[in-house]
Amino acid sequence: MAFELETAAHPEGLTRVAIDPVSRVEGHGKVTLMLDEAGHVHQVRLHIVEFRGFEKFIQGRPYWEVPVMVQRLCGICPVSHHLAASKAIDMIVGAKRLTPTAEKVRRLMHYGQMLQSHALHFFHLSSPDLLFGFDSEVGARNIVGVAAAHPDIAKKGVLLRKYGQEVIRMTAGKRVHGTGSIPGGVNRSLSAEDRATLLKDIYQIVSWSREAVHLIKKLHLANPALYNSFGSFRSNIMSLVGNDGALDFYHGTLRARDDNGKLIFDNVDYQNYRQYLSEEVKPWSYMKFPFITSLGPEAGWYKVGPLARVQNCDFIPTPLAEAERREFVDFGGGGLVHATLAYHWARMIEMLHSAETIKDLLHDEDISGSDLVTEGEHESRGVGVIEAPRGTLFHHYRVDENDVVTFCNLIVSTTNNNQAMNESIRQVAKRYLDGRQLTEGLLNHIEVAIRAFDPCLSCATHALGKMPLEVELIGADGSLVDRRTKGLGG
Amino acid sequence: MEADVPLDDLLRPRSPPAAVLVLGYGNPSRGDDALGPTFVERARAAAAHLEVPGGIEFLTDFQLQVEHALDLIGRRLAVFVDASADAPAPFACSEVAARRDDSHSSHALSPSAVLQVYADVVGGPPPRCRLLAIRGESFELGADLGTAATANLDAALEFFAREILRQDGGP
Repeated sequence: MAFELETAAHPEGLTRVAIDPVSRVEGHGKVTLMLDEAGHVHQVRLHIVEFRGFEKFIQGRPYWEVPVMVQRLCGICPVSHHLAASKAIDMIVGAKRLTPTAEKVRRLMHYGQMLQSHALHFFHLSSPDLLFGFDSEVGARNIVGVAAAHPDIAKKGVLLRKYGQEVIRMTAGKRVHGTGSIPGGVNRSLSAEDRATLLKDIYQIVSWSREAVHLIKKLHLANPALYNSFGSFRSNIMSLVGNDGALDFYHGTLRARDDNGKLIFDNVDYQNYRQYLSEEVKPWSYMKFPFITSLGPEAGWYKVGPLARVQNCDFIPTPLAEAERREFVDFGGGGLVHATLAYHWARMIEMLHSAETIKDLLHDEDISGSDLVTEGEHESRGVGVIEAPRGTLFHHYRVDENDVVTFCNLIVSTTNNNQAMNESIRQVAKRYLDGRQLTEGLLNHIEVAIRAFDPCLSCATHALGKMPLEVELIGADGSLVDRRTKGLGG
Repeated sequence: MEADVPLDDLLRPRSPPAAVLVLGYGNPSRGDDALGPTFVERARAAAAHLEVPGGIEFLTDFQLQVEHALDLIGRRLAVFVDASADAPAPFACSEVAARRDDSHSSHALSPSAVLQVYADVVGGPPPRCRLLAIRGESFELGADLGTAATANLDAALEFFAREILRQDGGP
């Protein structure tokens, strides 16, 4: 099936504009706009090169290598893959319930990642747009502009990011390619020295995170007409929710709501995710389009990530973030907030929750315990799901009698948001591009909408010369009319 | 990270860093993208026999990001090592200057952008920075380093020991 503006009714005679790849978004992404001679939008598509070959990369390896190897899939959120794979392999080794120390060390690692990822996104990827506006001069619309105008914000952003990475290093064992999480548990707990180091700084981290929530809230409330409408669309939402209904990034059951907040399903054991979710393939994109099976592809697509999570849970189990969540919910006036730019607000609430959770874990004696691994009766299949910074992440494996992986299926956060991101840029195209001359600022509107989802295209290949931003204007006869290229060379 | 400590002080390392930093980056499981991390692995072994005044530190990462600006603080020399699809074989070595290129605010910064973050966030003159861009050909997931890339790596390591360490980082 096709959605409005997904496929032009009469593509002949239309001009195609390609933004390739999307800057400030990792990997290879491309937006194509087909306009008629009057500049009216007829087709808008976000194309993303997905995890081609990833399943093949994993198949044939012994299961115990998987939690480490999957970190090679993505240079942006390797910890997410490390932990989702570990949770799946836990099922295979029969570790139905981890030791308290193992679960808390993994949680600490994960919340450290959430903190650093959300900090990078807000302080360095998105705040330039949010602080300077989408049409501002390009030079100001990057972190240099932020640093010049708001030096403290840039510095705090770097320090928040660094703190989260220190949490990862101390729990995973290394700055990159960590090995901390293993089948059935962890191979280390937090040393007394590392714990003291992190405790010394965590109160400042909580304080800065709280300031960040207040900053984005102030921006949102200062211009509600823009923030509430920009790239907005109604949709279902889905996320993991803790067993008590709490916001939980590490573990829980699946919950989905419709666009009015009514439950579609709840308390779903993610081992059975395939009974509830399906994936549609479309000929124009490498990335699949997941949907809730019972609703079908047309009505069953959903959004994931901060905006979904903060509204899908019943409460946030840390006081400062819970107070912010309540204010956010009140802002929605009894309904779900569907504003694309509200992703930023929700993301900062999550960053605050991450900081508070890290503080609590550092005060928990289990974090330095010595009971690290458990195991039970082995099984041939396991599914691991976590809430990664960008949304729900599924890892699914099967192994044979020789403990070799024979099947692997990943549904990554960005794939879960595929239809949502397409919807958002179609709304932006209709509102801001239709019938107008294309400019750098207008094209940036498209990118602003995509950035709000913080997509990770997970192409860790970044060799020099591989990352141009290319905008092509192709005439109705297929000839190249104009091209604008941005690359590392400036 | 006490609240009354100036932010600039918080940015600085808690102990004096080694004078020379070698930062190789890339994905070890994407064919020739492994050139940066592999370079670091081999250079570290080779440098064990060298006396580098002030010491030498080796780091690897998937890609450059804003926090790497903090890794430059207090250095005399920083050498970025990356695979390059554009550099002439076997490698190209160039000076890096701070520049506001389009990798700013992306998930993967260029070395110039890291220096620009240094200038804007840390302030003051950065260390001398050089980029060793080693020619790579193939970047497929799951592939090993190619034959040509391995030969380019050997040449880059020889140049590093002969020209960079002895002239810039060594006695």
